[in-house]
Amino acid sequence: MGFSVRKDGDTCVVAVEGQLIVGNRQELKQRVLDEIERGERKFLVDFGRTGYIDSSGLGVLVSLSKRIRELNGDLRLQNLNDDLKTLFELTKLDTLFQIA
Amino acid sequence: MIDPGPSQPAESWFGDLHFPIDVRIPSDVRFIEPIVGVVVRRCVEHALSAKVCRLNVPVALTEALSNAILRGNHEDLTKGVRFRATIDDEALVLEVEDEGSGFDLDACLVDPGTEGSLVREDGRGLFLMCSLMDRVEQLPARANMVRLTLHRA
Repeated sequence: MGFSVRKDGDTCVVAVEGQLIVGNRQELKQRVLDEIERGERKFLVDFGRTGYIDSSGLGVLVSLSKRIRELNGDLRLQNLNDDLKTLFELTKLDTLFQIA
Repeated sequence: MIDPGPSQPAESWFGDLHFPIDVRIPSDVRFIEPIVGVVVRRCVEHALSAKVCRLNVPVALTEALSNAILRGNHEDLTKGVRFRATIDDEALVLEVEDEGSGFDLDACLVDPGTEGSLVREDGRGLFLMCSLMDRVEQLPARANMVRLTLHRA
């Protein structure tokens, strides 16, 4: 379980491996905030190797989305499996995020 | 009832648990993932559907346990969370009980898709529990306990 960060052109790609839940959500938030501090503005969160997400994990994504928008940046999500899409649809967060 | 005490969380500690489960965990969110992992494995062994094991059970149980630890016990390590789980031919039943003063389930349940709620960071936990389980309830005079039921059919 963890996060990895890499650059792909001008985009900062953050991969979530395992769960994104109450126990590790702050780690993800801090990793992204550190990249913002370094000047990054375009983010892509990759859920290709993610198990499940709880409400705390969803909340962190909402928080980061707001922060990045304030800075005129961009946050997109990709590789959500059907289960994760269900969570975003249930909570209507599929209307808030750009999901690739 | 099994009580691990204030030790470090480890999935191996819970690995021998089988239904019916009755365990007390410290008010530490690090204990959530190990115990959820064990419960999911037991659900797989009892032939619950793949989607239920990947999505419904882990998310709903994580929400119930985190609510108990964070909001019920306020992460007070002197307090514990009792977790019980049973399964039969009809249903999986999960019960989570904290040492807090309880909450009003109906009053706390909000639709996160409404205007204003959508951009909130919190407030989706109970909604997800209710969406992913067949029944979420509190027993009379037990506002510090929540019971989640998922029917097998």
